[in-house]
Amino acid sequence: MSASIEQLSCQELVELVTDYLEGALPERERDSFEHHIEGCKGCHEYVRQMRETIELTGTLAPADISPEAEAALLSAFRDWTSR
Amino acid sequence: MIAALRARDERVFAELMRMYNASLLRVALIYVATRAVAEDVVQETWIGVLNGIDRFEGRSSLKTWIFRILTNIAKTRGQRERRTVPFSALERPDAVPEAAVDADRFLPPDHERWPGHWASRPEPWPEERLLAAETRAVVERAIDELPPAQRAVISLRDIEGWSSDEARNALGISETNQRVLLHRARSKVRQALEDYLTEAM
Ligand SMILES: [Zn+2]
Repeated sequence: MSASIEQLSCQELVELVTDYLEGALPERERDSFEHHIEGCKGCHEYVRQMRETIELTGTLAPADISPEAEAALLSAFRDWTSR
Repeated sequence: MIAALRARDERVFAELMRMYNASLLRVALIYVATRAVAEDVVQETWIGVLNGIDRFEGRSSLKTWIFRILTNIAKTRGQRERRTVPFSALERPDAVPEAAVDADRFLPPDHERWPGHWASRPEPWPEERLLAAETRAVVERAIDELPPAQRAVISLRDIEGWSSDEARNALGISETNQRVLLHRARSKVRQALEDYLTEAM
Protein backbone atom coordinates (compact mmCIF):
# COMPACT_ATOMS: atom_id res chain seq x y z
CA MET A 1 0.00 0.00 0.00
CA SER A 2 1.36 3.40 -0.87
CA ALA A 3 -0.33 5.48 1.76
CA SER A 4 1.05 8.94 1.26
CA ILE A 5 0.65 11.51 4.00
CA GLU A 6 -2.28 13.12 2.21
CA GLN A 7 -4.01 9.80 1.71
CA LEU A 8 -3.92 8.63 5.31
CA SER A 9 -7.00 10.10 6.91
CA CYS A 10 -7.66 10.23 10.65
CA GLN A 11 -10.36 7.62 10.19
CA GLU A 12 -7.82 5.29 8.57
CA LEU A 13 -5.15 6.07 11.12
CA VAL A 14 -7.20 4.93 14.11
CA GLU A 15 -7.43 1.49 12.50
CA LEU A 16 -3.64 1.26 12.23
CA VAL A 17 -2.80 2.14 15.82
CA THR A 18 -2.43 -1.42 17.06
CA ASP A 19 -0.33 -2.43 14.06
CA TYR A 20 1.82 0.61 14.78
CA LEU A 21 2.21 -0.07 18.50
CA GLU A 22 2.91 -3.75 17.78
CA GLY A 23 5.65 -2.81 15.35
CA ALA A 24 3.79 -4.52 12.53
CA LEU A 25 3.55 -1.62 10.08
CA PRO A 26 5.79 -1.71 7.02
CA GLU A 27 8.36 1.09 7.06
CA ARG A 28 6.56 3.23 4.50
CA GLU A 29 3.28 3.16 6.37
CA ARG A 30 5.00 3.67 9.68
CA ASP A 31 6.60 6.82 8.32
CA SER A 32 3.32 8.26 7.11
CA PHE A 33 1.68 7.25 10.38
CA GLU A 34 4.30 9.11 12.38
CA HIS A 35 4.22 12.05 10.06
CA HIS A 36 0.46 12.25 10.44
CA ILE A 37 0.43 12.20 14.24
CA GLU A 38 3.11 14.87 14.38
CA GLY A 39 0.85 17.22 12.49
CA CYS A 40 -2.57 16.18 13.73
CA LYS A 41 -3.63 17.09 17.24
CA GLY A 42 -6.60 14.70 17.27
CA CYS A 43 -4.63 11.64 16.19
CA HIS A 44 -1.73 12.53 18.44
CA GLU A 45 -4.12 12.54 21.36
CA TYR A 46 -5.80 9.36 20.13
CA VAL A 47 -2.53 7.42 20.09
CA ARG A 48 -1.75 8.73 23.54
CA GLN A 49 -5.11 7.53 24.81
CA MET A 50 -4.49 4.08 23.36
CA ARG A 51 -1.19 3.95 25.23
CA GLU A 52 -2.91 5.11 28.41
CA THR A 53 -5.58 2.48 27.90
CA ILE A 54 -2.96 -0.28 27.59
CA GLU A 55 -1.12 1.00 30.64
CA LEU A 56 -4.29 1.15 32.70
CA THR A 57 -5.37 -2.33 31.63
CA GLY A 58 -1.94 -3.50 32.75
CA THR A 59 -2.64 -2.35 36.30
CA LEU A 60 -5.60 -4.72 36.66
CA ALA A 61 -4.83 -7.69 38.84
CA PRO A 62 -4.67 -10.97 36.93
CA ALA A 63 -7.76 -13.01 37.77
CA ASP A 64 -7.15 -15.53 40.51
CA ILE A 65 -8.25 -19.10 40.91
CA SER A 66 -11.26 -19.54 43.18
CA PRO A 67 -10.62 -21.41 46.43
CA GLU A 68 -13.25 -24.03 45.47
CA ALA A 69 -11.63 -24.70 42.12
CA GLU A 70 -8.21 -24.89 43.73
CA ALA A 71 -9.43 -27.35 46.35
CA ALA A 72 -11.13 -29.52 43.72
CA LEU A 73 -8.03 -29.58 41.56
CA LEU A 74 -5.69 -30.35 44.41
CA SER A 75 -7.86 -33.27 45.35
CA ALA A 76 -7.75 -34.46 41.72
CA PHE A 77 -3.99 -34.11 41.95
CA ARG A 78 -3.85 -36.29 45.05
CA ASP A 79 -5.98 -38.92 43.33
CA TRP A 80 -3.55 -38.87 40.46
CA THR A 81 -0.44 -39.21 42.64
CA SER A 82 -1.92 -42.06 44.63
CA ARG A 83 -2.59 -44.10 41.51
CA MET B 1 8.98 -27.52 36.47
CA ILE B 2 8.24 -30.44 34.17
CA ALA B 3 10.56 -32.69 36.14
CA ALA B 4 8.92 -31.58 39.39
CA LEU B 5 5.48 -32.31 38.00
CA ARG B 6 6.59 -35.74 36.88
CA ALA B 7 7.89 -36.27 40.39
CA ARG B 8 4.37 -35.51 41.61
CA ASP B 9 5.32 -32.29 43.37
CA GLU B 10 2.07 -30.78 44.61
CA ARG B 11 3.56 -27.33 45.19
CA VAL B 12 4.52 -27.05 41.56
CA PHE B 13 1.08 -28.16 40.44
CA ALA B 14 -0.54 -25.57 42.70
CA GLU B 15 1.79 -22.93 41.31
CA LEU B 16 0.85 -23.83 37.73
CA MET B 17 -2.81 -23.61 38.59
CA ARG B 18 -2.42 -20.17 40.09
CA MET B 19 -0.50 -19.04 37.02
CA TYR B 20 -2.82 -20.34 34.34
CA ASN B 21 -6.20 -21.30 35.71
CA ALA B 22 -7.90 -17.92 35.15
CA SER B 23 -6.48 -17.59 31.64
CA LEU B 24 -7.57 -21.12 30.81
CA LEU B 25 -11.06 -20.22 31.92
CA ARG B 26 -11.15 -17.15 29.70
CA VAL B 27 -9.96 -19.10 26.69
CA ALA B 28 -12.45 -21.89 27.37
CA LEU B 29 -15.24 -19.31 27.32
CA ILE B 30 -14.48 -18.64 23.66
CA TYR B 31 -15.68 -22.14 22.85
CA VAL B 32 -18.41 -22.94 25.33
CA ALA B 33 -21.47 -20.98 26.33
CA THR B 34 -21.47 -21.00 30.10
CA ARG B 35 -19.05 -20.50 32.90
CA ALA B 36 -20.05 -23.81 34.45
CA VAL B 37 -19.10 -25.73 31.31
CA ALA B 38 -15.90 -23.70 30.98
CA GLU B 39 -14.94 -24.65 34.54
CA ASP B 40 -15.53 -28.29 33.66
CA VAL B 41 -13.33 -27.93 30.62
CA VAL B 42 -10.55 -26.39 32.69
CA GLN B 43 -10.77 -29.15 35.28
CA GLU B 44 -10.59 -31.74 32.53
CA THR B 45 -7.60 -29.91 31.12
CA TRP B 46 -5.64 -30.18 34.35
CA ILE B 47 -6.38 -33.86 34.53
CA GLY B 48 -5.21 -34.14 30.92
CA VAL B 49 -2.03 -32.31 31.88
CA LEU B 50 -1.33 -34.73 34.73
CA ASN B 51 -2.07 -37.76 32.59
CA GLY B 52 0.03 -36.48 29.73
CA ILE B 53 3.02 -35.00 31.53
CA ASP B 54 5.07 -38.18 31.31
CA ARG B 55 4.64 -38.13 27.54
CA PHE B 56 5.24 -34.37 27.13
CA GLU B 57 8.22 -34.04 24.82
CA GLY B 58 8.95 -30.36 25.22
CA ARG B 59 8.54 -29.55 21.54
CA SER B 60 6.42 -26.58 22.55
CA SER B 61 6.56 -24.67 25.82
CA LEU B 62 4.70 -26.17 28.75
CA LYS B 63 2.32 -23.21 28.62
CA THR B 64 1.49 -23.73 24.94
CA TRP B 65 1.04 -27.43 25.51
CA ILE B 66 -1.40 -26.87 28.39
CA PHE B 67 -3.44 -24.46 26.28
CA ARG B 68 -3.49 -26.92 23.37
CA ILE B 69 -4.99 -29.53 25.66
CA LEU B 70 -7.57 -27.00 26.79
CA THR B 71 -8.44 -25.93 23.25
CA ASN B 72 -8.98 -29.52 22.14
CA ILE B 73 -11.26 -30.29 25.05
CA ALA B 74 -13.12 -26.99 24.72
CA LYS B 75 -13.64 -27.43 20.98
CA THR B 76 -15.15 -30.86 21.48
CA ARG B 77 -17.45 -29.53 24.16
CA GLY B 78 -18.37 -26.53 22.03
CA GLN B 79 -19.22 -28.74 19.07
CA ARG B 80 -21.43 -30.81 21.28
CA GLU B 81 -23.22 -27.58 22.20
CA ARG B 82 -23.29 -26.78 18.49
CA ARG B 83 -21.69 -23.40 18.81
CA THR B 84 -20.28 -22.10 15.55
CA VAL B 85 -19.02 -18.82 16.95
CA PRO B 86 -15.42 -19.86 17.67
CA PHE B 87 -14.51 -20.47 14.06
CA SER B 88 -15.55 -17.05 12.83
CA ALA B 89 -14.44 -15.18 15.95
CA LEU B 90 -10.95 -16.70 16.02
CA GLU B 91 -10.18 -17.57 12.45
CA ARG B 92 -12.01 -14.89 10.53
CA PRO B 93 -12.30 -11.92 12.85
CA ASP B 94 -12.24 -9.66 9.79
CA ALA B 95 -15.44 -11.19 8.42
CA VAL B 96 -17.51 -8.70 10.34
CA PRO B 97 -16.04 -5.21 10.05
CA GLU B 98 -15.88 -3.19 13.24
CA ALA B 99 -14.74 0.41 13.46
CA ALA B 100 -12.34 1.44 16.21
CA VAL B 101 -14.11 4.79 16.39
CA ASP B 102 -17.68 5.62 15.32
CA ALA B 103 -17.87 6.96 11.77
CA ASP B 104 -19.80 10.00 12.98
CA ARG B 105 -16.72 11.26 14.81
CA PHE B 106 -15.18 11.97 11.39
CA LEU B 107 -16.00 14.30 8.53
CA PRO B 108 -17.75 12.51 5.65
CA PRO B 109 -15.71 10.97 2.81
CA ASP B 110 -17.10 13.54 0.37
CA HIS B 111 -16.01 16.49 2.49
CA GLU B 112 -14.33 18.95 0.14
CA ARG B 113 -11.30 19.75 2.29
CA TRP B 114 -10.88 17.23 5.08
CA PRO B 115 -12.51 13.90 4.26
CA GLY B 116 -12.10 11.41 7.10
CA HIS B 117 -10.62 14.04 9.40
CA TRP B 118 -11.82 14.32 12.99
CA ALA B 119 -15.14 16.12 13.31
CA SER B 120 -14.95 15.86 17.09
CA ARG B 121 -11.45 15.02 18.13
CA PRO B 122 -10.41 13.27 21.32
CA GLU B 123 -9.62 15.60 24.21
CA PRO B 124 -6.85 14.90 26.74
CA TRP B 125 -7.95 12.89 29.75
CA PRO B 126 -7.55 14.32 33.26
CA GLU B 127 -4.43 12.59 34.56
CA GLU B 128 -5.54 12.44 38.19
CA ARG B 129 -8.80 10.67 37.35
CA LEU B 130 -6.99 8.03 35.31
CA LEU B 131 -5.53 6.59 38.46
CA ALA B 132 -8.80 6.48 40.39
CA ALA B 133 -10.25 3.11 41.38
CA GLU B 134 -13.52 3.92 39.58
CA THR B 135 -11.66 4.41 36.33
CA ARG B 136 -10.09 0.98 36.70
CA ALA B 137 -13.56 -0.43 37.31
CA VAL B 138 -14.64 1.09 33.99
CA VAL B 139 -11.81 -0.76 32.26
CA GLU B 140 -12.74 -3.99 33.99
CA ARG B 141 -16.37 -3.67 32.97
CA ALA B 142 -15.47 -2.84 29.39
CA ILE B 143 -13.31 -5.98 29.20
CA ASP B 144 -16.07 -8.11 30.73
CA GLU B 145 -18.46 -6.93 28.04
CA LEU B 146 -16.20 -7.83 25.12
CA PRO B 147 -16.94 -10.84 22.92
CA PRO B 148 -15.07 -13.84 24.41
CA ALA B 149 -12.29 -14.02 21.81
CA GLN B 150 -11.45 -10.32 22.18
CA ARG B 151 -11.67 -10.60 25.95
CA ALA B 152 -9.29 -13.54 25.99
CA VAL B 153 -6.71 -11.78 23.81
CA ILE B 154 -6.68 -8.48 25.71
CA SER B 155 -6.52 -10.35 29.02
CA LEU B 156 -3.56 -12.47 27.96
CA ARG B 157 -1.71 -9.60 26.34
CA ASP B 158 -2.44 -6.56 28.48
CA ILE B 159 -3.35 -7.98 31.89
CA GLU B 160 -1.20 -11.11 32.03
CA GLY B 161 1.55 -9.46 30.00
CA TRP B 162 2.06 -12.26 27.50
CA SER B 163 3.88 -11.64 24.23
CA SER B 164 1.92 -11.78 20.98
CA ASP B 165 3.57 -15.12 20.16
CA GLU B 166 2.55 -16.62 23.48
CA ALA B 167 -1.01 -15.41 23.03
CA ARG B 168 -1.42 -16.64 19.48
CA ASN B 169 0.15 -20.00 20.30
CA ALA B 170 -2.17 -20.47 23.24
CA LEU B 171 -5.16 -19.68 21.03
CA GLY B 172 -3.84 -21.44 17.95
CA ILE B 173 -4.45 -18.42 15.73
CA SER B 174 -2.41 -16.39 13.25
CA GLU B 175 -0.39 -13.35 14.22
CA THR B 176 -2.70 -11.16 12.13
CA ASN B 177 -5.88 -12.44 13.73
CA GLN B 178 -4.40 -12.05 17.15
CA ARG B 179 -3.70 -8.43 16.29
CA VAL B 180 -7.19 -7.81 14.89
CA LEU B 181 -8.76 -9.14 18.08
CA LEU B 182 -6.39 -7.11 20.24
CA HIS B 183 -7.09 -4.00 18.21
CA ARG B 184 -10.82 -4.32 18.58
CA ALA B 185 -10.59 -5.05 22.26
CA ARG B 186 -8.28 -2.13 23.02
CA SER B 187 -10.31 0.23 20.85
CA LYS B 188 -13.47 -0.58 22.78
CA VAL B 189 -11.79 -0.17 26.14
CA ARG B 190 -10.43 3.20 25.02
CA GLN B 191 -13.91 4.22 23.92
CA ALA B 192 -15.37 3.19 27.28
CA LEU B 193 -12.73 5.27 29.03
CA GLU B 194 -13.41 8.25 26.81
CA ASP B 195 -17.15 7.99 27.44
CA TYR B 196 -16.57 7.83 31.16
CA LEU B 197 -13.86 10.47 31.49
CA THR B 198 -15.46 13.09 29.27
CA GLU B 199 -19.07 12.75 30.40
CA ALA B 200 -18.12 13.63 33.97
CA MET B 201 -15.72 16.40 33.03
ZN1 LIG C 1 -5.40 12.78 12.18
